[in-house]
Amino acid sequence: MATIVQAERVKVTVKDLKGKADPDWCPGCGDFGVLAALKQAIVELGLQPHEVLTISGIGCSSNLPGYLNTYGMHTLHGRAVAVATGAQLANHALKVVVTGGDGDGYGIGGNHFVHAMRRNVDLTYIVMNNQVYGLTTGQLSPTSIKGMNTKSTPFGSVENPINPIPLAIAAGATYVARGFTGQQKQLVELIKGGMQHKGFALVDTFSPCVTYNHDNTHDFFKQRTRKLEEMGHDPTDLHGALEKGWLWGEVIPIGLFWRREDLPALDQLEPVLGEGGPLAHRPLGVASDIAAALVRELM
Amino acid sequence: MRRIDLAIGIGGAAGQGIATPGDILARIFVRRGLHVNAYNAYQSIIRGGHIFLTLRTSEQSVLSHGDKIDVLMPLNQDTMNRHLKLMRAGSAVLFNSDTIKPGDVPAGVQLCPFSVKALAPTIKGDLVQNTIALAAVLRLIKVDFQILEEILTLQFRRKGPAAVAENVGVARAGYDYAETHFTPFAFSLPDTGKRLAFFEGNQALAMGGAAAGVRFYCAYPMSPSSGVLHWMARHARQLGIMVRQVEDEIGVINMAIGAAHTGVRAMCATSGGGFALMSEALGSAAMMEIPVVCINVQRAGPATGVPTKTEQGDLWQVLGAGQGDYPRIIVAPTNIVDCFKLVPTLFNLADKFQCPGIILSDLLLSEGRSSIDPAELDFNVPIDRGQVIGLNGDGPPANGFKRYLITESGISPRAVPGTPGYAHVVATDEHDEDGVLISDEFTDPHKRQAIHEKRMRKMDGVLPLLPPPVIHGPANAQVTLVGWGSTEGVIREAMQQLADAGIAANNLQIRWLVPLHADAILSILSKSAKVIIVENNYSGQFARYLRAETGFAADGHIRKYDGEPFMPHHLVDGVGAILAGSTKLYVPVHEIHV
Repeated sequence: MATIVQAERVKVTVKDLKGKADPDWCPGCGDFGVLAALKQAIVELGLQPHEVLTISGIGCSSNLPGYLNTYGMHTLHGRAVAVATGAQLANHALKVVVTGGDGDGYGIGGNHFVHAMRRNVDLTYIVMNNQVYGLTTGQLSPTSIKGMNTKSTPFGSVENPINPIPLAIAAGATYVARGFTGQQKQLVELIKGGMQHKGFALVDTFSPCVTYNHDNTHDFFKQRTRKLEEMGHDPTDLHGALEKGWLWGEVIPIGLFWRREDLPALDQLEPVLGEGGPLAHRPLGVASDIAAALVRELM
Repeated sequence: MRRIDLAIGIGGAAGQGIATPGDILARIFVRRGLHVNAYNAYQSIIRGGHIFLTLRTSEQSVLSHGDKIDVLMPLNQDTMNRHLKLMRAGSAVLFNSDTIKPGDVPAGVQLCPFSVKALAPTIKGDLVQNTIALAAVLRLIKVDFQILEEILTLQFRRKGPAAVAENVGVARAGYDYAETHFTPFAFSLPDTGKRLAFFEGNQALAMGGAAAGVRFYCAYPMSPSSGVLHWMARHARQLGIMVRQVEDEIGVINMAIGAAHTGVRAMCATSGGGFALMSEALGSAAMMEIPVVCINVQRAGPATGVPTKTEQGDLWQVLGAGQGDYPRIIVAPTNIVDCFKLVPTLFNLADKFQCPGIILSDLLLSEGRSSIDPAELDFNVPIDRGQVIGLNGDGPPANGFKRYLITESGISPRAVPGTPGYAHVVATDEHDEDGVLISDEFTDPHKRQAIHEKRMRKMDGVLPLLPPPVIHGPANAQVTLVGWGSTEGVIREAMQQLADAGIAANNLQIRWLVPLHADAILSILSKSAKVIIVENNYSGQFARYLRAETGFAADGHIRKYDGEPFMPHHLVDGVGAILAGSTKLYVPVHEIHV
């Protein structure tokens, strides 16, 4: 990986990646599985803690950066993808991972989500999708199923949920996957694949809420999820990806839906980054000949 | 000796090509070393409506667009109808008599009709009248035709020699016609032998950003701030600046914050509505202690308001932007050179104190244009990045680095992502010295108090670094005019007019708004005979702020909130009325319907 920091590389273990705080998630929360998978992915990819920047918004799952020993930003609700876009472009030597929940990413952050995919920003976005608002104590989320009883829909929701898989494919994401915290090995591979992918990678992850979602539980997904690789799916097949992405019922596919590697990421398209390394480490100041030319324009 | 003070007004509908003759005239003036001030009154329309450009020139600094028009170039009947009645004796009106009729002409105004059909019978297109009028104006102020010929040749070169010949021919016809039919002004436009630069406030802000070393600029288009984006986008590759147009202003500020966290200098600009969307994130920059600079180019509000009109109505918005108390530095440039020079200064402060910096400009300043001595545009400015680790590779051994270490100054060293050994989390949730959240399990009021005080304490260090405002003009004046930001020019011109009328006035112009030199201001104003606060808003936002910070209540107020900037005589009239005791609040009526 291109990095301007010339520190000696050391072998990193999962233990080394333990953050300064211990998770305060409810016992049994799916998010523990995502944290473990992300650590495992970082270890297996041989990344150093300082090479990774983990950026989250607000919500139960967005507390993740605090539990991880990498650089981290715990930003505002819904804004992680926008912050991450700026960070990745300003220092494209960093491996930028965005973590958060379905409300944070698909609800309040929906606009940034769509546009980051359109731009194919080189981010790995892990959405811990529990289909409910947890930290605000159980209201409807953009991915809550129709009919769901929550505090804000006590008589059942009449709205259709958002489906992030076809949405991401249509918006231009170049790596679109869905994991399940009950399938840890596959989740590690999906996250690793996303982090190795040059471009916008979405890893939507079923991460069941044990406290507020009694419909879409661990057992619900255990009974229904089926691995795409076992379904003979080809992730370069657009129509197949969309068809599989729409499946929701007795069979819910998990795995890599869609990947294309022919499109450059935004940082690769930006001529300003062509040479000179990350912007963050370039010297400040305007060369005197350029300054003179700028003034001449005004004369 | 009374020098030349010439104001040219060019009016028409959007799409009639007002900008080009305006640019050519401005260029001719500054290349002779003459000072220029230009203000364009326009509407939120792409075709049609009424646009009126005022271009004023003199050998001396031109502080505002002034009170009068000496040469009117109406490009349509509407402009003639709106402006002719305001023309004064000695002025001239140049117009295409084929399509425009003058109506009632004030005494002493020279009508200069020309027929486009007669002067350019074979040439099609509406822009011909502009070229003829421009040439005729130059004849009236005795500028050699050769100068216009050179400019037209340059301008039409890309369209080929036929286009050059055609336009130069038309101009020649207009110039010659003016020579034989119109009475020229008594003066010849002088040439000082110097050359000045000419630019608008938004360009100055963008260039100030470049001088500060901005490497990341992002924005969402919004009048009247888009000029900054346009300049940045045009020069991005030349200067190595990443420029992004973002999906909305919430994305803009958050993207800038993300970029700034990695160590670049990041800047964005918007107007009041976009700034409102940025509010929460500005607080987050302060909470995470990430330096970022945001420009708010005010337009008349509230809501969508009047997108193409000026106002100073966002002071309280920026003072109170976002929830909670947080350190922020706010500055309102008082002229176009200030726009350029304050940006690097503000970046140095934002870096040093690791907090957001806000520049409060307005349409008058940002879209107004002014001549400037090119020597003022010094890009070689001092840069202070503050206490930052890892910008130039590895940092020193981390030794238990704590991102939010509690210090006496409130400033904690920051490390940029990518630096080995300094991995940490910055958080918008309240956190301890180590960046660990304290808001979830167990808040700990003592930790909250300590870290909140640490953040806020940084502001104590800012004030001593800011120059206190100083009084401009005679010490023993009858009246002190207090203004902030863009009103400096018009106030100072009004002071000269007041002096001519025998009223000694001075001016206290406030540039740094937060932190405010409250003691210094109070000390000055308590010695003033009478204090009048001048501002472009309805409620006296600065007057209320000053009172909140100092307890000082002014003797009178001059306010304008019709969208148009003050003209000098508005202030002269207001001062007269207030000193005469007839009112404490004077609101001028804008005479021109633009």
